Amino acid sequence: MPEEKKITPAEPGKDKDKDKDKEFDRRAFFVKMGLGSLSIAAVGTTAFSYQFLSPNVLYEPSPVVNAGKPENYAVDSVTLDVNSGIYLIRAQEGFFSLSAVCTHLGCMTAWKPELGIIACPCHGSKFYVFEANKVPGAKIEGPAPRPLPWLDVSLSDEGDLMVDRSKQVEPMTFKKV
Amino acid sequence: MAKTITNYFDELRGTRVWRSVFRSGTGSSTLHRALAVQQNVFLHLFSTKVRTRMLSFSATWYLGTLTFGTFLILVATGIPLMFYYHPSVPQAYADTKDLQFVVSSGLFLRNLHRWSAHAMVFLVFAHMFKVFYRGAYRAPREFNWVIGVVLLLITLFLSYTGYLLPWDQLAFWAITVGSNIASAVPVMGDKIHFLMLGGNMVNANALLRFYVLHCMILPLVAILFVAVHFWRIRKDGGLYTHQSEPRTLAAQAVSTAGKGGQ
Repeated sequence: MPEEKKITPAEPGKDKDKDKDKEFDRRAFFVKMGLGSLSIAAVGTTAFSYQFLSPNVLYEPSPVVNAGKPENYAVDSVTLDVNSGIYLIRAQEGFFSLSAVCTHLGCMTAWKPELGIIACPCHGSKFYVFEANKVPGAKIEGPAPRPLPWLDVSLSDEGDLMVDRSKQVEPMTFKKV
Repeated sequence: MAKTITNYFDELRGTRVWRSVFRSGTGSSTLHRALAVQQNVFLHLFSTKVRTRMLSFSATWYLGTLTFGTFLILVATGIPLMFYYHPSVPQAYADTKDLQFVVSSGLFLRNLHRWSAHAMVFLVFAHMFKVFYRGAYRAPREFNWVIGVVLLLITLFLSYTGYLLPWDQLAFWAITVGSNIASAVPVMGDKIHFLMLGGNMVNANALLRFYVLHCMILPLVAILFVAVHFWRIRKDGGLYTHQSEPRTLAAQAVSTAGKGGQ
């Protein structure tokens, strides 16, 4: 290393100023150039890798589910569609839809008609459906951090009930038909 | 008879071809035997000499070696399984069933792969506890302990990624729950979840990603770290014995100094 050679043990103080002038010599320049371009390349590779690994187009099912004609559902009935992961519930006030995906770790919950509640088989979360003074979807017990979300229910032009799983609505928003 | 075979073997070891492959030379002197280890690309990771006591079962219970053994079984059974398995949604489950009921020896290979995987996770933990309770993680072996922790994580990731591949209900829900645990990471949890699955749900992209991780990336990283792990045993002074504890070494140094050196 040329820098080390300059600092002779005999007169260490004298050469210090000279070293400062010569600090930016050719080798240091190329080392800095090399390290600089390597860092730029590393940052670029990280950014491009992140973009590459994030799919831009997904072939996942549409969030909008056709739940069929309203007259197929009896009043005070809870219907689970396992494939789309939603409950379509017809209460006295009208239709509403709850997500059937547990807010804990994403398991599919199940309607328990004998208990009148929704329960998750994985870790034991339970949710209200038809309890007086309780919002349907609210948690009874278990590790679930949030109530089951209410999903947007609308009527198509053909008169079919449509549930949009990507759109959450305020609880107690009923769709009257 | 036995002597004749030995003679033939000695003759073989003297041939030009043999000596071009094994350059440590013939002979069974201590030097030659040490060279045979030191000059072999696979064996040179290890020490040329080991204390006889360290080769006894009670010293290590052979847990590290057994773990490596299960890893070798997993590689040897996993590669043939890849010949019949397509990592695609319509085929993955059917291929798994075919391996069980149609392919000759498929059931044997799949079960051997599965049981070895369970055994490997068990043995990794057993190895870790043995090292911990013997105190073999202490200086100068701290770094090798850290490598071991990395290998534990790789083993668990291998186990986790392999769990999805049969593409049955158990696999689907296990990975759904597992990936949702990953999204509990603060700030970037949802991003990790999305990158891990290649989407918002366990689907074709997730299956392919887990397959590539399980069959390529994780095994290669594991081999790399296993090599460093073995090599560090030699660099850190061989397998741990109580004699190599710092306190014992210090006591030995004092006693030999008192006697005026060795």
